[in-house]
Amino acid sequence: MSIIKSTLHELQEGLTRGDVSATDIARAYFLRISVVEPKVKAYITLNEQEVILAEARALDEAMKSWRKTMPMMAMPIAVKDNICTKDMLTTGGSRILEGFIPPYNATVVDKLREQQCFLVGKTNLDEFAMGSSTEHSAFGPSRNPWKLDRVPGGSSGGSAAAVAADECVVALGSDTGGSIRQPAACCGVVGLKPTYGRVSRYGLLAFASSLDQIGPVTKDVRDAALMMNVLAGHDPHDATSADVPVPDFTRALKKKDVKKLKIGVPSEFFADGLDPEVHTAVREALAVLEELGGTQQELSLPHTGVAVATYYLVATAEASSNLARYDGVKYGFRTRECGDLMEMYQATRQEGFGAEVKRRVMLGTYALSSGYYDAYYAKAQAVRTLIRRDFERAFEAVDVLVMPTMPTTVFRLGEKIGDPLQMYLSDLYTVSASLAGVPAISVPCGFSRAGLPIGLQIVGRPFEEEMILRVARAYELATNWRRKRPLIR
Amino acid sequence: MTFEAVIGVEVHAQLRTRSKLFCGCATEFGLPANTRTCPVCLGLPGALPVINARAVAMAVRTGLALQCAVRPVNQFARKNYFYPDLPKGYQISQYDLPVCEHGRIELTVDGIARTVSIQRMHLEDDAGKTMHAHDGPGSFVDLNRAGTPLLEIVTGPDMHSAEEVVAYGKALRDMLMYLDVCDGNMEQGNLRFEPNLSLRPVGSDTFGTKVELKNINSFKFVKDAIGYEIARQTGVLEEGGTVHQETRLWDSAAGRTVVMRRKEDAHDYRYFPDPDLVPLTISDEWIEELRGTIQELPEARRQRFVRDYGLSAYDAGVLTASRGLADYFEACVALFAEPAMVSHFLMGEFLRVLHQAGATVEVSPVSPERLVALLKLVHDGTISLKVAKDLFPEYYATDQSAAELVDAKGLRQLSDEGALRVLVTEVIEKHPAQVAQYRGGKEGVLGFLVGQAMKRSGGKANPQKVHALLKTLLS
Repeated sequence: MSIIKSTLHELQEGLTRGDVSATDIARAYFLRISVVEPKVKAYITLNEQEVILAEARALDEAMKSWRKTMPMMAMPIAVKDNICTKDMLTTGGSRILEGFIPPYNATVVDKLREQQCFLVGKTNLDEFAMGSSTEHSAFGPSRNPWKLDRVPGGSSGGSAAAVAADECVVALGSDTGGSIRQPAACCGVVGLKPTYGRVSRYGLLAFASSLDQIGPVTKDVRDAALMMNVLAGHDPHDATSADVPVPDFTRALKKKDVKKLKIGVPSEFFADGLDPEVHTAVREALAVLEELGGTQQELSLPHTGVAVATYYLVATAEASSNLARYDGVKYGFRTRECGDLMEMYQATRQEGFGAEVKRRVMLGTYALSSGYYDAYYAKAQAVRTLIRRDFERAFEAVDVLVMPTMPTTVFRLGEKIGDPLQMYLSDLYTVSASLAGVPAISVPCGFSRAGLPIGLQIVGRPFEEEMILRVARAYELATNWRRKRPLIR
Repeated sequence: MTFEAVIGVEVHAQLRTRSKLFCGCATEFGLPANTRTCPVCLGLPGALPVINARAVAMAVRTGLALQCAVRPVNQFARKNYFYPDLPKGYQISQYDLPVCEHGRIELTVDGIARTVSIQRMHLEDDAGKTMHAHDGPGSFVDLNRAGTPLLEIVTGPDMHSAEEVVAYGKALRDMLMYLDVCDGNMEQGNLRFEPNLSLRPVGSDTFGTKVELKNINSFKFVKDAIGYEIARQTGVLEEGGTVHQETRLWDSAAGRTVVMRRKEDAHDYRYFPDPDLVPLTISDEWIEELRGTIQELPEARRQRFVRDYGLSAYDAGVLTASRGLADYFEACVALFAEPAMVSHFLMGEFLRVLHQAGATVEVSPVSPERLVALLKLVHDGTISLKVAKDLFPEYYATDQSAAELVDAKGLRQLSDEGALRVLVTEVIEKHPAQVAQYRGGKEGVLGFLVGQAMKRSGGKANPQKVHALLKTLLS
């Protein structure tokens, strides 16, 4: 078997059967990384090879006497660099966290490490997850493995690129307005944003607390279900994590069809501005789902048109407060030149944050200011309720909603960096599900003539990740898109 | 023109929880800097707050005691501002949906019953401490206190004099201590008073410009600062000047208030609901359960002490000022049904010795049982009250029983008729001049003769018997 081309479940089976050892896995991935990472630049920090090889040898030794493996044992996993890892640099893609080594693990990292996965490294992202291309990273952009002159999407672009380029078997991303689904679509991999509250946010550098969710980026849908088995669940350290039962997400995949499934097709997501190639690919995907037994139903999510505006008010308002802690006092970067306290704050934040972060902090500060609160933040929250109701009403009629993940295929490096509004429109199709707090998955559904991946987005009811995983898996098995891998050159 | 002061008070009471408001760190003080901290109270990236249910319970109990309405659903909000000892860059407080509101407290000022309205009470986390270097540049931040739970209690503008504010402050402190939710120590800052004050012409029903006072850490300073501020504002207005809306600090050394910040410098705190904390739901069942844990409150207990034990209002006030002392008193009275004697002794020698030792009634080495044993010796005539008082500091420091100590010191009261007669006869012989005065009609001299007899007996003679004997022998 090819270790690096294997999915998570294939690699787990290989290890359990004894076809490969933990050391084989570690060696294969480090070799792969040494070859492609200089081109892809998926990582900000790579774990030390010696550390992982030592772990691998210990695991192989242990497995000699005790064959039973935990699901994530020896699986090379990459973690988005806005998720805290104990004793390992965590930058958030920002200069302001220069030298910051967390003294604690995020809950999701603890859960994975308890199963003795390999922590390969920390992946690149737009600074504090604010962006759609990784071009806002203080460490330079990552590249799209399919076409190196293209961005990998964002903000979890490093995670999506690492999975697509076989630099890890699965990765963690975070999604605030599309930051898992959009780069997954750009890189031709699977990305799942769970229901808000399904996965603990403890240890995730907060961007917009009421929207942020950690989720998996994987090579296929089965891997996403396996990851959810580890990630999901109530965390006493996160008051917003939901205390609801956690199913075995892989059980939902047993059914290989979608018979009697009612599929909603929201017309607002197939309107002007949708790239014809993307439109065609998504319509073909809908036809596949019909062949598998589903029925299509056109419907409307009437407040879609104001979703991006709503999102940019709610998210920036929360961000302006969440990023206040980066003040140069306690950790990370502090300006060298400072007279008094106020100058220290101003210079530290001026030099430590990038342009996009500063733009959003200012926007959010404004939205919360006395005299403007009602017109902006309070109004945005009211509209958010309307958007949530749109989804509730839709889900009275249908089981899932299907739409494109992104209105276009992925753009070139530098193409939109000078035009923030154009960049924000990359999130046009993903922010609605974020505002509604519902789960959504992006799964590959084809390629443009230029050879760029296209993503299909499937959105479900709150805490019905099983449903969208089942639909996505049925679609994936009925098509062969996942077999196509990028040739990196 | 004569002016009337209109005063409201904001109180920050530090709640006596064992752990902080949003994390599991201990709320101990006096420990090395930054040793009672974790990712949450350090404001590390990614850390999240989780509400401490005990702090909520304390807030609800206080609200019920202050006759507030408890909100079934309340919300935490972020108050955003930058300061080095504010690690998150915002304080987690409550804004438009506080835990309790619309309450009141009854108090007595100069014998007159008054009611002060409580507008609202809310929970919030405390900041850390910034210390400035004495030599050289630099400041230091200690975050041990960061995240400690505070209950902010806000009154209506119902008070008009420093005396009223002090009476309110004392009544509130007594209540918080009775509820066991706050240590009530103003010097240590776990109870902070911030009065706000404006003047208006007597008879007017509009409000003047409000000044907030900070840095007041004793009831004496409450009185002094308000007195100063009323005089200052009166002076400004009488000269035709304008009172500025500002926050002023009390400088106790100089005995005056100084400007801390003007209204123009006031922060825009950009309050908004904290998205990390779901709205806090307080069920009726929980409220009733907490109501059941509230014992008799100071005012009711004071009234009961007057009614049931025949104490004066003043004595009852002193004895009920702290729950510990009131409990101690009642424990003594349960063993020894002489409330007047117990009250007299507790308020005098007992509290004096306790204060000298720097102790509190809760940790007094003299238990109610031991105190009653001593008082019973007075009651049955074994020793005089004076001997009991003189003996008390030693009794406080020893494990010996009262009877053992009295015997060891040979302090049993002289009540034997024959021995007393010898003693009194000696006194009569030694003071012929005073005896003559007495016989001449100056009855007051008898006291002198009793005193002499007591002195000769080393304080052991039974004064009542000496008094009676002298009268008989000199008649």
